[in-house]
Amino acid sequence: MSAICRVDIAILNESFSAADLDQRYSALGLNAGAAGSVVTFIGQVRESGDRPDVTGLVLEHYAGMTENVLQQHVAEACARWELLGIVIVHRVGEMHLGENIVGVVVASAHRQAAFDAVQYLMDFLKNDAPFWKQEVTRNGAEWVEQKKTDLDKAKRW
Amino acid sequence: MTVKVLFFAKLREKMGFKEVDIELAQSVTLEQFEALLTAQYPPFADLPQPVLVSVNQEFAQPDQWISVGDEVAFFPPVTGG
Repeated sequence: MSAICRVDIAILNESFSAADLDQRYSALGLNAGAAGSVVTFIGQVRESGDRPDVTGLVLEHYAGMTENVLQQHVAEACARWELLGIVIVHRVGEMHLGENIVGVVVASAHRQAAFDAVQYLMDFLKNDAPFWKQEVTRNGAEWVEQKKTDLDKAKRW
Repeated sequence: MTVKVLFFAKLREKMGFKEVDIELAQSVTLEQFEALLTAQYPPFADLPQPVLVSVNQEFAQPDQWISVGDEVAFFPPVTGG
C-alpha cells in the first residue's frame, strides 16, 4: 500500500453536501502541492429508478460489516494505484429527490489513477457493500433489485 | 451458548423480525445451521433467493462452520450507491 494513502469512511444518517465532502478531504491533511488531481463523484436520488415517479429512498445497512467491506476495498485501491487520499461518505435512512446518497473523493499525483480508483470504488461498493435501497413512490415502498449491469462493471477490474 | 442471527432488508420483512439468538450445543456446518433455523422458523425455507450469508461480518465461505458466539447474517443481494 502507498505509505501515505489517508482515508476517511463515514456512514451518515443526515444529509451531506459537496462542501461537507470537501471539508472531510481537507481534514485528511495532505501536504499542499502533493495531489495534482482530486476527483469527486456524487450519486444522488433520481426520480426515475426501477419505477417511475420515485419520491425518495430508504436505505438500510449492516452497521459494522458495511464499514469493513468499504475499508477492504479502500485498502485494495490504495495498493493498486498511487493514491494520496480517499474519502467515502454514504447515507442511510430516508432521503428525498436530489439528495446526495454517496460521495467518493480520491486524490492522486496524476489524474488517471484518481479517475480509475473512483470508478473501482463505486463498482465494488455497488457489488458487495451491505446496503439495501427501497424506492418510495405514491404507491408505497419497494425494494430495488441488484442490477446485472452493476455486477458486470466490477468484472473489468 | 448461542449464535446471534440477523436478517436484513427484504429477508427481515419475510421473517418478521430482525434478530434472534439460536441455541447451539456444538459447532455445525452452515448447511446444518440453516436446517436448524428452518426447524425453528419455517419461513426461513421460503426466503427469496439468492440469499447471501456472512459470519462475523465477513462473507461466508463454502465450507463455513458456525460456532457458539458467532454472528450470522442473512441478506439479499446489495443495492447501495
